[in-house]
Amino acid sequence: MRKLFIIIILAAFGLMLYPLIQSFSGNDHLSELATYYAQKENIEKVNSVNLVTAIVVTYRGLDTLGEVTILFLTAAIIAFFLKGPSTLRTLRPNSEIFITAARVLVPIMVMFGVYIFMNGHLSPGGGFQGGAVIASAVILMFLAFPDAPFQHKFFGFMESISGLVFVGLAALGALIGSGFLDNTILPLGTFGKLLSAGAIPVIYSFVGLKVGAELSNILNEFKSVQSDK
Amino acid sequence: MSFLLISIALGVIMLVVTGIAVFHKKLIVAIIAAGVLSLFASVLYLLLAAPDVAMTEAAIGSGLSTIIFFYVLNRIRTTNGTEDQETV
Repeated sequence: MRKLFIIIILAAFGLMLYPLIQSFSGNDHLSELATYYAQKENIEKVNSVNLVTAIVVTYRGLDTLGEVTILFLTAAIIAFFLKGPSTLRTLRPNSEIFITAARVLVPIMVMFGVYIFMNGHLSPGGGFQGGAVIASAVILMFLAFPDAPFQHKFFGFMESISGLVFVGLAALGALIGSGFLDNTILPLGTFGKLLSAGAIPVIYSFVGLKVGAELSNILNEFKSVQSDK
Repeated sequence: MSFLLISIALGVIMLVVTGIAVFHKKLIVAIIAAGVLSLFASVLYLLLAAPDVAMTEAAIGSGLSTIIFFYVLNRIRTTNGTEDQETV
Protein backbone atom coordinates (compact mmCIF):
# COMPACT_ATOMS: atom_id res chain seq x y z
CA MET A 1 0.00 0.00 0.00
CA ARG A 2 2.72 2.42 1.03
CA LYS A 3 4.89 1.46 -1.92
CA LEU A 4 1.95 2.01 -4.28
CA PHE A 5 1.55 5.48 -2.78
CA ILE A 6 5.24 6.29 -3.39
CA ILE A 7 5.01 5.01 -6.97
CA ILE A 8 1.95 7.17 -7.60
CA ILE A 9 3.78 10.23 -6.25
CA LEU A 10 6.81 9.51 -8.42
CA ALA A 11 4.61 9.07 -11.48
CA ALA A 12 2.91 12.37 -10.74
CA PHE A 13 6.30 14.06 -10.50
CA GLY A 14 7.33 12.53 -13.80
CA LEU A 15 4.13 13.72 -15.43
CA MET A 16 4.70 17.19 -13.99
CA LEU A 17 8.28 17.42 -15.27
CA TYR A 18 7.63 15.82 -18.66
CA PRO A 19 6.69 19.09 -20.48
CA LEU A 20 10.10 20.52 -19.47
CA ILE A 21 11.89 17.70 -21.29
CA GLN A 22 9.55 17.82 -24.24
CA SER A 23 9.94 21.52 -24.83
CA PHE A 24 13.71 21.50 -24.24
CA SER A 25 15.78 22.62 -27.17
CA GLY A 26 19.52 23.24 -27.15
CA ASN A 27 20.70 26.82 -27.06
CA ASP A 28 22.73 27.55 -30.17
CA HIS A 29 23.33 31.24 -29.56
CA LEU A 30 24.48 33.31 -26.57
CA SER A 31 21.92 34.91 -24.33
CA GLU A 32 21.61 38.67 -24.16
CA LEU A 33 23.81 39.05 -21.09
CA ALA A 34 26.48 36.70 -22.46
CA THR A 35 26.51 38.65 -25.72
CA TYR A 36 27.19 41.80 -23.76
CA TYR A 37 30.14 40.21 -21.95
CA ALA A 38 31.58 38.71 -25.16
CA GLN A 39 31.53 41.94 -27.18
CA LYS A 40 34.94 43.03 -28.40
CA GLU A 41 34.91 46.49 -26.81
CA ASN A 42 33.79 45.05 -23.46
CA ILE A 43 36.58 42.45 -23.58
CA GLU A 44 39.07 45.22 -24.26
CA LYS A 45 37.73 47.08 -21.25
CA VAL A 46 38.82 44.30 -18.87
CA ASN A 47 41.61 42.80 -21.04
CA SER A 48 41.33 39.32 -19.54
CA VAL A 49 41.80 36.18 -21.66
CA ASN A 50 39.63 34.04 -19.40
CA LEU A 51 36.27 35.76 -19.58
CA VAL A 52 34.92 33.76 -16.64
CA THR A 53 37.51 35.31 -14.36
CA ALA A 54 36.66 38.79 -15.60
CA ILE A 55 33.01 38.17 -14.79
CA VAL A 56 33.73 36.60 -11.39
CA VAL A 57 36.18 39.26 -10.21
CA THR A 58 35.01 42.43 -11.93
CA TYR A 59 31.41 42.32 -13.16
CA ARG A 60 30.18 40.03 -10.36
CA GLY A 61 32.90 40.89 -7.85
CA LEU A 62 30.40 41.60 -5.09
CA ASP A 63 29.24 37.96 -5.29
CA THR A 64 32.85 36.84 -4.85
CA LEU A 65 33.12 39.10 -1.82
CA GLY A 66 29.98 37.47 -0.44
CA GLU A 67 31.39 33.99 -1.00
CA VAL A 68 34.63 34.91 0.73
CA THR A 69 32.62 36.32 3.64
CA ILE A 70 30.57 33.11 3.91
CA LEU A 71 33.76 31.04 3.95
CA PHE A 72 35.23 33.31 6.62
CA LEU A 73 32.09 32.93 8.76
CA THR A 74 32.22 29.15 8.34
CA ALA A 75 35.84 29.02 9.43
CA ALA A 76 35.13 31.29 12.40
CA ILE A 77 32.12 29.22 13.54
CA ILE A 78 34.03 25.94 13.20
CA ALA A 79 36.93 27.38 15.19
CA PHE A 80 34.47 28.58 17.82
CA PHE A 81 32.64 25.30 18.32
CA LEU A 82 35.40 22.73 17.83
CA LYS A 83 37.42 23.39 20.93
CA GLY A 84 38.25 19.99 22.22
CA PRO A 85 41.07 18.95 24.50
CA SER A 86 43.94 17.95 22.28
CA THR A 87 44.53 14.34 23.19
CA LEU A 88 47.61 12.46 22.13
CA ARG A 89 46.83 9.97 19.42
CA THR A 90 48.74 6.77 18.92
CA LEU A 91 48.57 6.21 15.20
CA ARG A 92 49.87 3.37 13.14
CA PRO A 93 53.06 4.57 11.41
CA ASN A 94 52.61 5.42 7.75
CA SER A 95 54.25 3.33 5.10
CA GLU A 96 57.53 4.45 3.61
CA ILE A 97 56.05 4.71 0.11
CA PHE A 98 53.29 7.04 1.26
CA ILE A 99 55.66 9.30 3.20
CA THR A 100 58.10 9.54 0.29
CA ALA A 101 55.31 10.25 -2.18
CA ALA A 102 53.93 12.95 0.11
CA ARG A 103 57.41 14.53 0.41
CA VAL A 104 57.60 14.72 -3.38
CA LEU A 105 53.99 15.75 -4.02
CA VAL A 106 53.25 18.36 -1.35
CA PRO A 107 55.58 21.10 -2.71
CA ILE A 108 54.41 20.40 -6.27
CA MET A 109 50.76 20.65 -5.22
CA VAL A 110 51.32 23.94 -3.41
CA MET A 111 53.13 25.30 -6.45
CA PHE A 112 50.33 24.12 -8.75
CA GLY A 113 47.79 25.90 -6.56
CA VAL A 114 49.81 29.12 -6.75
CA TYR A 115 50.06 28.67 -10.53
CA ILE A 116 46.29 28.24 -10.79
CA PHE A 117 45.43 31.43 -8.95
CA MET A 118 48.19 33.53 -10.50
CA ASN A 119 47.11 32.50 -14.01
CA GLY A 120 43.43 32.88 -13.24
CA HIS A 121 43.00 35.56 -15.88
CA LEU A 122 44.81 33.50 -18.57
CA SER A 123 43.75 29.88 -18.05
CA PRO A 124 40.81 28.17 -16.36
CA GLY A 125 40.93 28.41 -12.62
CA GLY A 126 41.31 31.19 -10.12
CA GLY A 127 41.39 32.00 -6.46
CA PHE A 128 38.93 29.43 -5.16
CA GLN A 129 40.34 26.59 -7.23
CA GLY A 130 43.94 27.43 -6.34
CA GLY A 131 43.08 27.75 -2.67
CA ALA A 132 41.33 24.38 -2.72
CA VAL A 133 44.38 22.76 -4.34
CA ILE A 134 46.63 24.26 -1.66
CA ALA A 135 44.29 22.90 1.01
CA SER A 136 44.50 19.46 -0.64
CA ALA A 137 48.28 19.65 -0.25
CA VAL A 138 47.77 20.49 3.42
CA ILE A 139 45.50 17.41 3.79
CA LEU A 140 48.18 15.21 2.28
CA MET A 141 50.65 16.69 4.76
CA PHE A 142 48.27 16.01 7.67
CA LEU A 143 47.81 12.41 6.60
CA ALA A 144 51.48 11.70 5.94
CA PHE A 145 52.99 13.57 8.91
CA PRO A 146 50.34 13.63 11.66
CA ASP A 147 52.79 14.90 14.28
CA ALA A 148 54.15 17.81 12.28
CA PRO A 149 53.39 21.20 13.89
CA PHE A 150 50.81 23.37 12.17
CA GLN A 151 51.31 27.13 12.48
CA HIS A 152 47.64 28.03 12.75
CA LYS A 153 48.47 31.55 13.93
CA PHE A 154 50.44 32.17 10.74
CA PHE A 155 47.57 30.85 8.64
CA GLY A 156 45.06 33.02 10.49
CA PHE A 157 47.33 36.05 10.04
CA MET A 158 47.67 35.37 6.31
CA GLU A 159 43.91 34.96 5.96
CA SER A 160 43.20 38.28 7.71
CA ILE A 161 45.81 40.18 5.70
CA SER A 162 44.55 38.72 2.40
CA GLY A 163 40.95 39.60 3.20
CA LEU A 164 41.95 43.15 4.15
CA VAL A 165 43.96 43.62 0.95
CA PHE A 166 41.07 42.25 -1.13
CA VAL A 167 38.57 44.67 0.37
CA GLY A 168 41.14 47.48 0.24
CA LEU A 169 41.78 46.97 -3.47
CA ALA A 170 38.03 46.85 -4.09
CA ALA A 171 37.54 50.11 -2.22
CA LEU A 172 40.49 51.64 -4.08
CA GLY A 173 38.57 50.91 -7.27
CA ALA A 174 35.68 52.94 -5.92
CA LEU A 175 38.03 55.81 -4.98
CA ILE A 176 40.26 56.00 -8.08
CA GLY A 177 38.44 54.00 -10.74
CA SER A 178 34.86 53.96 -11.83
CA GLY A 179 33.37 51.77 -9.11
CA PHE A 180 33.76 49.16 -6.39
CA LEU A 181 36.08 46.34 -7.59
CA ASP A 182 37.02 48.21 -10.77
CA ASN A 183 40.07 46.52 -12.29
CA THR A 184 41.47 49.54 -14.15
CA ILE A 185 43.26 50.95 -11.10
CA LEU A 186 46.38 49.15 -12.40
CA PRO A 187 47.54 49.41 -16.05
CA LEU A 188 45.71 46.95 -18.28
CA GLY A 189 48.89 45.73 -20.01
CA THR A 190 49.14 43.53 -23.10
CA PHE A 191 46.33 41.07 -23.79
CA GLY A 192 47.50 37.58 -22.82
CA LYS A 193 50.55 38.48 -20.70
CA LEU A 194 50.91 37.50 -17.04
CA LEU A 195 50.83 41.11 -15.88
CA SER A 196 47.68 42.19 -17.63
CA ALA A 197 43.98 42.68 -16.93
CA GLY A 198 44.63 45.37 -14.36
CA ALA A 199 43.93 44.39 -10.77
CA ILE A 200 42.37 40.99 -11.56
CA PRO A 201 45.49 38.82 -10.98
CA VAL A 202 46.36 40.74 -7.81
CA ILE A 203 42.85 40.43 -6.39
CA TYR A 204 42.58 36.77 -7.35
CA SER A 205 45.97 35.95 -5.83
CA PHE A 206 44.84 37.36 -2.51
CA VAL A 207 41.52 35.52 -2.78
CA GLY A 208 43.49 32.32 -3.41
CA LEU A 209 45.74 32.87 -0.40
CA LYS A 210 42.71 33.62 1.76
CA VAL A 211 40.76 30.56 0.65
CA GLY A 212 43.78 28.27 1.00
CA ALA A 213 44.58 29.52 4.50
CA GLU A 214 40.93 29.32 5.57
CA LEU A 215 40.37 25.76 4.34
CA SER A 216 43.67 24.67 5.93
CA ASN A 217 42.58 26.20 9.23
CA ILE A 218 39.22 24.39 9.05
CA LEU A 219 40.98 21.08 8.39
CA ASN A 220 43.36 21.71 11.28
CA GLU A 221 40.40 22.34 13.61
CA PHE A 222 38.84 19.05 12.56
CA LYS A 223 42.13 17.23 12.95
CA SER A 224 42.86 18.65 16.39
CA VAL A 225 39.63 17.30 17.97
CA GLN A 226 40.26 13.71 16.89
CA SER A 227 40.91 11.31 19.71
CA ASP A 228 41.52 7.62 20.21
CA LYS A 229 38.89 6.89 22.81
CA MET B 1 27.66 11.08 -30.89
CA SER B 2 30.47 9.62 -28.79
CA PHE B 3 30.28 12.76 -26.65
CA LEU B 4 26.62 12.02 -25.99
CA LEU B 5 27.38 8.38 -25.18
CA ILE B 6 30.15 9.31 -22.75
CA SER B 7 27.88 11.85 -21.06
CA ILE B 8 25.07 9.32 -20.70
CA ALA B 9 27.50 6.69 -19.35
CA LEU B 10 28.85 9.20 -16.81
CA GLY B 11 25.32 10.09 -15.77
CA VAL B 12 24.37 6.44 -15.26
CA ILE B 13 27.54 5.80 -13.23
CA MET B 14 26.75 8.87 -11.12
CA LEU B 15 23.23 7.59 -10.45
CA VAL B 16 24.57 4.17 -9.40
CA VAL B 17 27.17 5.73 -7.10
CA THR B 18 24.51 7.99 -5.61
CA GLY B 19 22.41 4.92 -4.85
CA ILE B 20 25.37 3.35 -3.08
CA ALA B 21 25.99 6.55 -1.11
CA VAL B 22 22.39 6.73 0.05
CA PHE B 23 21.54 3.10 0.71
CA HIS B 24 24.77 1.40 1.82
CA LYS B 25 24.84 0.19 5.42
CA LYS B 26 28.49 1.01 6.09
CA LEU B 27 29.10 4.74 6.44
CA ILE B 28 32.69 4.51 5.21
CA VAL B 29 31.54 3.05 1.90
CA ALA B 30 28.87 5.73 1.63
CA ILE B 31 31.41 8.51 2.18
CA ILE B 32 33.76 7.10 -0.43
CA ALA B 33 30.84 6.73 -2.85
CA ALA B 34 30.01 10.42 -2.35
CA GLY B 35 33.64 11.30 -3.17
CA VAL B 36 33.55 9.15 -6.31
CA LEU B 37 30.32 10.85 -7.32
CA SER B 38 32.08 14.24 -7.15
CA LEU B 39 34.94 12.88 -9.24
CA PHE B 40 32.61 11.72 -12.01
CA ALA B 41 30.70 15.00 -11.78
CA SER B 42 33.93 16.92 -12.34
CA VAL B 43 34.69 14.85 -15.46
CA LEU B 44 31.18 15.63 -16.71
CA TYR B 45 31.70 19.34 -16.06
CA LEU B 46 34.93 19.19 -18.04
CA LEU B 47 33.07 17.56 -20.96
CA LEU B 48 30.41 20.27 -20.76
CA ALA B 49 33.12 22.93 -21.24
CA ALA B 50 33.22 24.24 -17.67
CA PRO B 51 36.81 23.62 -16.54
CA ASP B 52 36.59 26.19 -13.73
CA VAL B 53 33.71 24.36 -12.07
CA ALA B 54 35.39 21.01 -12.73
CA MET B 55 38.51 22.10 -10.82
CA THR B 56 36.47 23.27 -7.85
CA GLU B 57 34.42 20.09 -7.80
CA ALA B 58 37.48 17.84 -8.02
CA ALA B 59 39.39 19.64 -5.27
CA ILE B 60 36.57 20.43 -2.84
CA GLY B 61 33.97 17.76 -3.62
CA SER B 62 36.14 14.70 -3.83
CA GLY B 63 39.14 15.88 -1.79
CA LEU B 64 38.30 18.17 1.09
CA SER B 65 34.73 17.17 1.91
CA THR B 66 35.54 13.44 1.89
CA ILE B 67 38.33 13.97 4.40
CA ILE B 68 36.13 16.23 6.54
CA PHE B 69 33.39 13.56 6.53
CA PHE B 70 35.95 11.01 7.69
CA TYR B 71 37.13 13.29 10.50
CA VAL B 72 33.52 13.87 11.60
CA LEU B 73 32.73 10.14 11.39
CA ASN B 74 35.72 9.28 13.56
CA ARG B 75 34.73 12.00 16.02
CA ILE B 76 31.11 10.76 16.24
CA ARG B 77 32.24 7.19 16.83
CA THR B 78 34.64 8.11 19.61
CA THR B 79 32.05 10.32 21.32
CA ASN B 80 29.25 7.78 21.16
CA GLY B 81 31.29 5.20 23.04
CA THR B 82 32.21 7.36 26.02
CA GLU B 83 30.08 8.91 28.73
CA ASP B 84 31.35 12.49 28.76
CA GLN B 85 30.02 14.52 25.85
CA GLU B 86 31.28 17.89 26.92
CA THR B 87 33.08 18.82 23.74
CA VAL B 88 30.36 18.18 21.18
